[in-house]
Amino acid sequence: MITLCVQKKLDGPNGDMLLDLDIQIQEGQFVTLYGPSGAGKTSTLRILSGLLQAEKGKIEVNGTTWFDSATKIHQQPQQRNIGYVFQDYALFPNMTVEENLLFALPKEARKNEITTLLEMMELVALKERKPQTLSGGQKQRVALARALVQKPTLLLLDEPLSALDMKIRLKLQEYLLKVHKVYKLTTILISHDIGEIYKLSDQVFVLENGKVAKSGTPTQVFLNDKISGKFKFKGEVLNIEKDEVVYLVTVLIQNEMVKVIAQESEIRQLNIGDSVIVASKAFNPVIYKIDA
Amino acid sequence: MNWEPLFLTLKLAGVTTLLLLVLSIPLASWLSSTKSRLKPVVETLVSMPLVLPPTVLGFYFLVAFSPNNAFGSWLDEWFGLQLIFSFSGLVLASIIYSLPFMVHPIQAGLSAISPSLKEAAYVMGKSKFTTLVQVLLPTIKPSLLTGIVLAFAHTVGEFGVVLMIGGNIPGKTKVASIAIYDEVEALNYAGANFYSTVLFVVTFSILLTVYLINGGYLKRFWK
Repeated sequence: MITLCVQKKLDGPNGDMLLDLDIQIQEGQFVTLYGPSGAGKTSTLRILSGLLQAEKGKIEVNGTTWFDSATKIHQQPQQRNIGYVFQDYALFPNMTVEENLLFALPKEARKNEITTLLEMMELVALKERKPQTLSGGQKQRVALARALVQKPTLLLLDEPLSALDMKIRLKLQEYLLKVHKVYKLTTILISHDIGEIYKLSDQVFVLENGKVAKSGTPTQVFLNDKISGKFKFKGEVLNIEKDEVVYLVTVLIQNEMVKVIAQESEIRQLNIGDSVIVASKAFNPVIYKIDA
Repeated sequence: MNWEPLFLTLKLAGVTTLLLLVLSIPLASWLSSTKSRLKPVVETLVSMPLVLPPTVLGFYFLVAFSPNNAFGSWLDEWFGLQLIFSFSGLVLASIIYSLPFMVHPIQAGLSAISPSLKEAAYVMGKSKFTTLVQVLLPTIKPSLLTGIVLAFAHTVGEFGVVLMIGGNIPGKTKVASIAIYDEVEALNYAGANFYSTVLFVVTFSILLTVYLINGGYLKRFWK
């Protein structure tokens, strides 16, 4: 059980912001922090790992106090046994893949742990390579393997998949699931991808302006009252053209362009670049599986 | 030809560079990570030898270390150190004179490393010292090499400070740059030319080697 109850003043993108959290996480859970940039997600991970010190509050992990402003306890990052995967991977450029893992190995631990991890993450063929020669997805696997070497009590993942393309991303999500199943680590992930969050996490905390705006299972957080047979998508107007008696409005939804028919009365208030919602009722959507 | 001034120059540059390296790594590492209000002051002091005429530095050394003054006589009494007109005095003055040439490249190298690199080592339970020695310094090898070579070459080219506090004692403080000045004053142009050519060739080769290594031109011979 992890109790994180802290306050810390941060320089947010819109001036000072108070990070004010009171979060409880059960042991072995996969938790995601979701929210706009500058909401305090990375700072939360840094406070948990001890790289950043909170001004007030208490952090307790499985009965051990990591931080307590009242009794002036602040365990150094070195004492907390945390696996941390950084956004830029932070692989040591002077060491090979295997040496990166060996460096993370605590003195008393045995080396065959490294072999197991290299095999599990399918890195055996790459173990002699330097990080600079690896692709983004490979670096990510090394960073994840390295974070697991010390058998951490807590695994922190700071947007580890955001820089990768969809196919590698899906593959790495499988690795994350595998790791979570095998090691049963309490894991905290920062992610912007709702699909990813659904797939991986037991619990989601939505952070806004340094505070938890919503929390619960992914279904509770992202679907709550919006559940209905209605299709509703946010998009941006790219073009409006006249076609005989009707108008054709081209809307960009995510990465897809959609043409929508509109009446003259509807387009009167529309301009190119406007944010719109495209909604549809009373029809039967069909689901096709996409082969990745 | 008398090779003694040249050997003395190389000895001075070697000793100075070695001591500077030991001194500059902790200093540069502090400067690259501190948020202390003292930082700008320390940075200014480190950079001062870049703009100050060497004679100014030499003059204050002369005054401070003179056995006729309090500090100089205290050094003499307690440590038996006479820094004026001695080799150890030259080393001390050279360290200060070449300090920015060693500190700046190392500091720049350390500042350019993503902070997540050392943070990654800290969460693995590694101490600051282990992180510095095993991760940060190996990562900034080109900067270290630049610092070592610049400090060495700059000490070889030193003249004003040496003249002020070292004087011109053969075998002790008469380095090559002083010897050249000496020979020219004695109208012995052949002697001056000899020292000058050697210095020119030595410094040229040193700098060329650095640019070749840091530019990666030598890698094809190793692989």
